[in-house]
Amino acid sequence: MGFIDITLQLLRGFGTTFLLFALTLLLSLPLGLLFCFGSMSRFIPLRWLSRSVVYVIRGTPLLLQLFIVVYLPGILLDAPITKWSIFNGNVLAAYFFGALFAFVLNYSCYFSEIYRGGIESISAGQYEAGQVLGMTKRQIFFKVILLQVIKRILAPISNETVTLVKDTSLARSVTVYEMFFYANQILTTEALLWPLFYAGLFYLVFNALITWLFNKAEKKLSYFRA
Amino acid sequence: MAIYEIKGIKKSFGNTEVLRGIDFSMEKGETVAIIGSSGSGKTTLLRCINFLERPDSGKMYLNDELLFDAEDKKKLNENEIRSKRLHFGLVFQQFNLFPQYTVFENLCLSPKLLAKERPDYRSDKKNIIKNIEEKAKDLLSKVGLSAKSDSYPCTLSGGQQQRVAIARALVLNPDILCFDEPTSALDPELTNEVLNVLKSLAAEKITMIIVTHEMSFAKDVADRAVFMDSGVVVEQGDPKKMLTNPESERLRAFLNTVTL
Ligand SMILES: Nc1ncnc2c1ncn2[C@@H]1O[C@H](COP(=O)(O)OP(=O)(O)O)[C@@H](O)[C@H]1O
Ligand SMILES: [Mg+2]
Repeated sequence: MGFIDITLQLLRGFGTTFLLFALTLLLSLPLGLLFCFGSMSRFIPLRWLSRSVVYVIRGTPLLLQLFIVVYLPGILLDAPITKWSIFNGNVLAAYFFGALFAFVLNYSCYFSEIYRGGIESISAGQYEAGQVLGMTKRQIFFKVILLQVIKRILAPISNETVTLVKDTSLARSVTVYEMFFYANQILTTEALLWPLFYAGLFYLVFNALITWLFNKAEKKLSYFRA
Repeated sequence: MAIYEIKGIKKSFGNTEVLRGIDFSMEKGETVAIIGSSGSGKTTLLRCINFLERPDSGKMYLNDELLFDAEDKKKLNENEIRSKRLHFGLVFQQFNLFPQYTVFENLCLSPKLLAKERPDYRSDKKNIIKNIEEKAKDLLSKVGLSAKSDSYPCTLSGGQQQRVAIARALVLNPDILCFDEPTSALDPELTNEVLNVLKSLAAEKITMIIVTHEMSFAKDVADRAVFMDSGVVVEQGDPKKMLTNPESERLRAFLNTVTL
């Protein structure tokens, strides 16, 4: 296999890596907000449930969660996800879906804690100033609090996003053919080590891009201090 | 006729009774200074007046109309509380400006949101917005900060921030404007610029309740002083008389701890 073939092979894997990354981010950012509101709810059972889920997910390895989501339906319910009719026999799609589910759940929980920390760090005085000025709770949240929270959580969200890029390589363990899978395959079939480092370069460049984007966003919000 | 009257306001947090029956009334155009040692319940009283805390018992009247009755257990909905709240304004010790908005935007944010609830908003939008912005400009020049209109709060000194906060409270035309130790968070050299603004408001007969530790200010500017201790009003009346010739032992003891 030449350099071009290997590059194409890795790019193919990177397509899956990117899809897993992008879909996880897209779904877990809003879902995290739901977990966050759940964890801050005044309705005790909901708060308890939400905090327990977050606690367990954050306290156990993502790899274990991947195995559970992907293999448990088959072991426990005799209904392996690969046989689910929605996947129409597309085994790879089933594995991808299972992995995506675990990733979204895992990252939602991390994001929810970041949101909660951000929201709770805003002083009560900001809410009260809005209240005495006759604003509604909604208006206070969206017009006063939200941007301050976003500014404060940008750095931790950026960290988490960079971690997510690297974590996608875990999906290989549940038969998702992402980039690292291919790099490893080349290692075993062609006895070539360098594609592993080549793949590492992909992650590095991609993360550089993400960090750059987040820095830009942080600069954009640097006009005020909160 | 009293513009505002409160009767028997009590408030406890858990087992600590912070307000133990406050009676108090004021006239339109009056400046009332509330004094008292730390922990006597002054902030809690202002918070009750502004509907940030719900008193456990007592009544409040505005223009002789019942505004709040603790006996009335029906929970007020958000809009009811908001419309009651808007009779009052509150300037905080810590200013609490909105950091992501310019000075001018801080003044305009809430009146513009409120304007959207007016029935004539759609038909008369341009005029309404124009009026709000003109009012905001006038108030900024009144507190001497026209030049800072487009600045963000983090670039202002504490005294300037507090003057913005005062202008922001005034845009909404509250019947009664409350201040909770408006100069306590300021460096001593900055307190005067805020006190001067308060003086000019008093001269304009804006109805104000000012919690303050500035005794000479209370004496010179306030029409009336109210001395609170341990959740009750111990003594009230002409500030000049009260502060130089206190009747109660407790006020005398308090005045010994502060510099006039
Ligand atoms: N939300 C609260 N929960 C519990 N205790 C409170 C609360 N707010 C005020 N207090 C207590 O009430 C007392 C009076 O407080 P405050 O009204 O702030 O007094 P002041 O403004 O005169 O210093 C203090 O002892 C304070 O600890
Ligand atoms: Mg206080």
